[in-house]
Amino acid sequence: MDTQSYLPVQPGVGMQENFLSLDDILLSHERLPIRTECAFPRLGYLEKATDAQDIPQGTKMELPLWLSKGLYERKRRVLSVELPKVYREGWRTVFNADPNVVDLHKMGPYYYGLGSQMLHFDSPENPEIAQTLLQTFIGRFRRNMDSSQNAYNEDTSALASCQ
Amino acid sequence: MFCEKAIELIRELHRMSDGQLPAFNEDGLRQVLQEMEALYDQNQSDVNEAKAEGRSDLIASIKLRHCCLLRNQRCVTAYLYDRLLRIRALRWEYGSVLPANVRFHMCAEEVQWFSQYKKSLASFMRSLGGGEGLDITQDMKPPKSLYIEVRCLKDHGEFEIDDGTVILLKKNSQHFLPRWKCEQLIRQGVLEHVMS
Repeated sequence: MDTQSYLPVQPGVGMQENFLSLDDILLSHERLPIRTECAFPRLGYLEKATDAQDIPQGTKMELPLWLSKGLYERKRRVLSVELPKVYREGWRTVFNADPNVVDLHKMGPYYYGLGSQMLHFDSPENPEIAQTLLQTFIGRFRRNMDSSQNAYNEDTSALASCQ
Repeated sequence: MFCEKAIELIRELHRMSDGQLPAFNEDGLRQVLQEMEALYDQNQSDVNEAKAEGRSDLIASIKLRHCCLLRNQRCVTAYLYDRLLRIRALRWEYGSVLPANVRFHMCAEEVQWFSQYKKSLASFMRSLGGGEGLDITQDMKPPKSLYIEVRCLKDHGEFEIDDGTVILLKKNSQHFLPRWKCEQLIRQGVLEHVMS
């Protein structure tokens, strides 16, 4: 079927998600390492490591982004979110040095999207994270643009593994 | 973790990025709605207990379940909406009569939506061109010539053109036909535009 007539809802820009965008919904399904700052009674079955009836305060577990965003509060009374490895100092230095050599697909399918969403959690490193995301995109833009204009009309999955 | 069934619905659609319409996942939808009912009931009872016995520690769990309800709602709404976008595209690609195999993939409400959409589009088209009407589903790409050379890709039987002539569309036969008659069949994959 000619795809011109099917116009799906586009993902949101920056920190904004589009409610009806399939891409944004899949993006927000990604899991994040978190630490509970309060107890969650009667939800022990969500945390498979223990048999407890409740989730105690101070539990380290993984929650999807949508749930972390929904529960997060500024004063950190409910949970605190750890930055995934790719957005931490170590990897940021790599990205700043040369954004073109990194295999972004291996870092998780939504590097820019998830990075933008991480800014919701008031990490003190937010300005550096935002800066790195932007610089990485700018650094890789030229090669992406070139590939898209000059690609063969065939299977490009080998190329795509570097995106 | 909650909302796993809901995300499966989304994945189902996301897999078909070219706009094809998969079968309506009535089962999946029902499971999501059941999960929502269970979450809501648990929250109702916890809220009552929190109010009656002053158990404010339950609020965190209530909030979590509420997030799950909102998430399920989002997934279901996005699922249904994206399907409508695909069905709308069908009118532009296939015309007003849908092939039976596509119609089987639509639920009753979607079939109804499609017929309403057709009516809206038809009345809009009738109002164009100073009351004369204009078929805007034709010539979606600017045409280069009035008549085009086409090759038949599959047997389609007899085909009548405006001056009354009947053409037999047999596989691999080539014809020189008016562009506007062929456009629909080219989009359906019955004819192929031969450019040489």
